[in-house]
Amino acid sequence: MSPDIFLQNVANSITLGSLYALIAIGYTMVYGIIRLINFAHADLLMVAAYIAFYGMLVFTLPWYISFAIAIVLTTLLGVTIERVAYRPLRSAPRISVLISAIGVSFLLQNLGIVALGARPKPFPRPDDLVWNIQLGNVSFLSLTILIPVVTIILLLMVTFMVKKTKMGIAMRAVSRDFETSSLMAVNVNKVIGATFAVGSALAAIGGIMWSMQYPQVDPLMGLFPGLKCFIAAVMGGIGSIPGAMIGGFILGICEVMLVAFMPELSGYRDAFAFVVLILILLFRPGGILGENVVEKV
Amino acid sequence: MDKHAKLKFILTLLVVLVSFGALYIAQGTMNSFYIRVLNLAAIYAILALSLNLILGFTGMFSLGHAGFMCIGSYVAGILTMSPASKEIIYFMEPIHPLLANVQWPILPAILLGGIIAALFGFMIGFPALRLRDDYLAIATLGFAEIIRIVVTNVIPITNGALGLKNIPSVDSLLVYWGCAIVTLIVLMRIINSSWGYAFKAIRDNEIAAQAMGINIFKHKLLSFTIGAFFAGIAGALMAFLITSIDPTMYRFTFTFQILLIVVLGGMGSLSGSVIAAVIFSILMEVLRFVEQPMNLLGLEISGIPGMRMVIFSLGLLLIILFYRRGLMGTNEFNWNWVLNRLGIKTSHQGKRGEAN
Repeated sequence: MSPDIFLQNVANSITLGSLYALIAIGYTMVYGIIRLINFAHADLLMVAAYIAFYGMLVFTLPWYISFAIAIVLTTLLGVTIERVAYRPLRSAPRISVLISAIGVSFLLQNLGIVALGARPKPFPRPDDLVWNIQLGNVSFLSLTILIPVVTIILLLMVTFMVKKTKMGIAMRAVSRDFETSSLMAVNVNKVIGATFAVGSALAAIGGIMWSMQYPQVDPLMGLFPGLKCFIAAVMGGIGSIPGAMIGGFILGICEVMLVAFMPELSGYRDAFAFVVLILILLFRPGGILGENVVEKV
Repeated sequence: MDKHAKLKFILTLLVVLVSFGALYIAQGTMNSFYIRVLNLAAIYAILALSLNLILGFTGMFSLGHAGFMCIGSYVAGILTMSPASKEIIYFMEPIHPLLANVQWPILPAILLGGIIAALFGFMIGFPALRLRDDYLAIATLGFAEIIRIVVTNVIPITNGALGLKNIPSVDSLLVYWGCAIVTLIVLMRIINSSWGYAFKAIRDNEIAAQAMGINIFKHKLLSFTIGAFFAGIAGALMAFLITSIDPTMYRFTFTFQILLIVVLGGMGSLSGSVIAAVIFSILMEVLRFVEQPMNLLGLEISGIPGMRMVIFSLGLLLIILFYRRGLMGTNEFNWNWVLNRLGIKTSHQGKRGEAN
């Protein structure tokens, strides 16, 4: 492999890793607080991408306004989903909540197919954000730099919020113990709603950047990135925000490099993440940064 | 001893005989479309029963059913296709010489499909069943995807993404419903055996079950393997029903449909699963109209493809939010209920009746 192609792959893997990391943070926050794999998280990516797509193409809004609308609407949708489909089941068996989450996810996907058509559509790349950069023999898109930078800024913001603000402290308290924190005058419902809002906003930003990087949108576009980002969150240690970041980067880098160094395995690319997940769950179920929790009777 | 045991046994026997008679008559008189829908219902029933054993009776949230089904379909398909059609279909890469000339009869192929799926169930269950709840769900989903991706990539055996065509077609109601009834009876025997009690104990409280001396891992593995076996059988039947299969059929979406049937019928009710499977496959056909153009009060509505799945996912959500027990909850169809309705007093404890 020539150094140029290697550098190209490094750039690709960092971009993919940042996207995974960004989406994984949403999974890890929601799982950390209500112990639920929010299957619908993956479809929020798709919703955000479509809103941005329609905003730019159909309503011919400037990109920043359509992106802002997409983020706001997706956040509202995420909070609504929690309100309607998860909150009534909070005292129900965990399997019921999971089934509900899967149901929401399938509803969004199928509504997407019905309302928007199953055929993939090309996503317009705003000229202000995407241009080519030529460095010696390596040419790459500005997104290669933009996406990791945005990811790191958002990560710092979320970490600050969780560590320093009142809401963040409440989130950590609720994730430790529901009942005790409600006795300490924490409004549990509000905190959970806020967690979903932050997670959904991150998913929306992830979805928009995803569809700029791989410029097409289709109703099932969230499915595989969603599963892989959940895997990234598990890898890093579920519930841990830096863990999600590390997991996302490792997964993105491994995936791109696997295909780059062993092209004959490219058909197995999507299986790779699952193999990693199963190995992690078997040998270090707590993930890289997580702690192994023993269930109390 | 139940004084009505004899009566119930006779009734059960009668139901079985009548249903086989009905199947025989239906085979001769119904048109092939209805027969196909009924056969599909039988396959869904087997799938729902086997997932219910894992999910409803043992409390393990497995999302790997489509993978086991995929294995069953491919095993049965490869074993029964004629050597001539194999030569035509495998044009990307020739078929593995060991498989080129085998051509088995239908029933052993179905059985082997189930056995190989069970083998995979055992191998997957061994590592995965140490996990619980959502971790188990995502791990089994991952295994199912891995199976599908491997099937897409080992071209000399599975013909890759092109799939298999010209699998011998079977349209006999007796084969499909025969398998479904055998599945139901076997699972009923298991549920009412000491294994079944152990499964239910694990579902209700794993730690308490362990304290009572139940070997949790062994019983979970057992339940998972049996479930995989019947999923493989259903997969094999699916191959004979639709005669051409390819890996994209066995996506996660398929597991979702089975999950829907299990939840609709009631997690922990075998008869519920059968009833829900029949309802689901009939609804699938009845609701076809929403995807076709129609005229509503003088209003032209063009058909919306994909609308059926919207209705079904909405249905799943509504059931899980407002009617979590499903049609049957954890109850079974039983003769005591019927006899009491008819005014015959029975002792409260009775054997569970045949549901069909």
